Amino acid sequence: MANSSGFDIRKQWGFTPIAILCFVLLYLPVILLVIYSFNAGTSVAIWEGFSLQWYRSAWANEQVQEATLRSLVLALWASLIATSCAVLAALATTRVRSFKGYSTVFAAINQPLMVPEIVTAVALLILFAGIKVQTGYTGLGYLVVAHSAFCIPFAYLPIRARLQGMDLTLEQAASDLYATPYQVFRRITLPQLWPGILAGAMLAFVISLDDVVITEFVKSAGQDTLPTYMLGQLRRAVTPEVNAISTVLLAISITMVIAFFFLSRTKK
Amino acid sequence: MSQATSREKRTVRNRWLLLTPALVILFVAASGPLLITLTYSFLTPGDYGGVEWEFSTDAWFNVFLQRDIFDDTLGFADAHLSILWRSVKLSLMTTVGAIILGFPTAYFIATRPKGNRDIWMLLIMIPFWTNLLIRTFAVMELIRNEGTVNTVLMWTGVIDQPIQILFTETAIMIGMLYVYLPLMVLPLYASMERLDFSLVEAGYDLYATRFAVLKRIILPLVKPGLIAGSILVFVPSLGAYVTPRVMGGGKQLMLGNLIELQFGQGRNWPLGAALSITLLVIVMFALIFYVRAAGKEEIGHG
Repeated sequence: MANSSGFDIRKQWGFTPIAILCFVLLYLPVILLVIYSFNAGTSVAIWEGFSLQWYRSAWANEQVQEATLRSLVLALWASLIATSCAVLAALATTRVRSFKGYSTVFAAINQPLMVPEIVTAVALLILFAGIKVQTGYTGLGYLVVAHSAFCIPFAYLPIRARLQGMDLTLEQAASDLYATPYQVFRRITLPQLWPGILAGAMLAFVISLDDVVITEFVKSAGQDTLPTYMLGQLRRAVTPEVNAISTVLLAISITMVIAFFFLSRTKK
Repeated sequence: MSQATSREKRTVRNRWLLLTPALVILFVAASGPLLITLTYSFLTPGDYGGVEWEFSTDAWFNVFLQRDIFDDTLGFADAHLSILWRSVKLSLMTTVGAIILGFPTAYFIATRPKGNRDIWMLLIMIPFWTNLLIRTFAVMELIRNEGTVNTVLMWTGVIDQPIQILFTETAIMIGMLYVYLPLMVLPLYASMERLDFSLVEAGYDLYATRFAVLKRIILPLVKPGLIAGSILVFVPSLGAYVTPRVMGGGKQLMLGNLIELQFGQGRNWPLGAALSITLLVIVMFALIFYVRAAGKEEIGHG
């Protein structure tokens, strides 16, 4: 290069320290949160020794058990439904000539990403309150439908990205050799699309697991998920028990995000 | 010929069949409810929440104005306007803070060796994909009166009384900055990664200072990314609900909390609906601006 004199053209004064500071600030609060979940005392700021007591007390707490189970069941259903819908929608909108209504369909799929969560939340509250009065049904169904809807774009985008990178000639070759459309999908498209589907499903799962706002407004009485349970707890005195629950949730999310990162990277 | 058209028809039919499940769910739980909300904003509030099916424009009127109970004169709805102003102000401050921290960070990542950039970006993205409530909660533990910051400051003798940060506007801003910062770094990095450093070199060859290069060469080239990042931070900040609730402690309301209030203690669903639609409209304008800026970038980079 031309920097024989040691002059680095990429350097800007003060940028590297700010960047390092930025990474420290991003991770410090979360790392402290995790550390204090192992605190022997009741404080979240004064270290009194290592202990797993808060994990034990969270594990023994019936409300936490219920909320955890509900969160997981909900996230499983929502990611399953959203991913199935997203695969079908991606097949219909990727690698095809632009058709009439294409941009409307695309906008509809991505709508949950654009509308503020609080607006969707109160809109769902209005709709479901009406249905609850009419039918008397107060089960988990409302949450499943609401979560499936906002998970669709998160499942759709990685699947679509994967599909766009796939060569259409393989499918055409299979059709030329008299494979039925179902056979083409099952034997050619699906095996190649699989990493995209897995990535989309994991993203949808994490998004559903982490949701607070929409769940808070849609849930019926006694239908807390782990995040809404924690939001309710914040009004009371904070003990490291909340840190322990947070740490477990963080571990699940981070594992999934890293897996997602490597799944979606291999396509290049 | 007729075979071709029947095949064409079948393709079209299959396409809509494939789209049906997604569109039905999205209509039921995303676009449909918004239409109902719009309808509700033109109805009369019920006594115990809900609505009376009677047309009224009171809700929209009350978004910005109020009638004095004593002399019936019109005035601005001060409470709503001050909350709206706080929302806009804190969102703008969050955006500026995100630029100050995010711009150098994105530049730092974009100037790393090519193989390492993905890992640095992963470090930015991991916090973003983890639970927003947990991250807000982590900041809250840090800045509360008996939290880490105050404990350390008191222990070192810098202060002898804890500084009250939690439940102030500053706390909300710190919280929003923390949770939305990755949204600034992401588009800025995308612009900077494609930055042509031979232009920067040309600037130095012509005796430009580092600051002049930053201002006259780098900044104009990454402007679309900067606009995109600003909107990506501004929009969720404006509609934030969890962060102001946790960090503001119910004392410093933002728009999201004001909306919730109408569906809870306020028992004024039509007003809540009108406020939601107002928020939605502001966000839509910002997003249209974003799409334009992003579109320009596509053309610019050919």
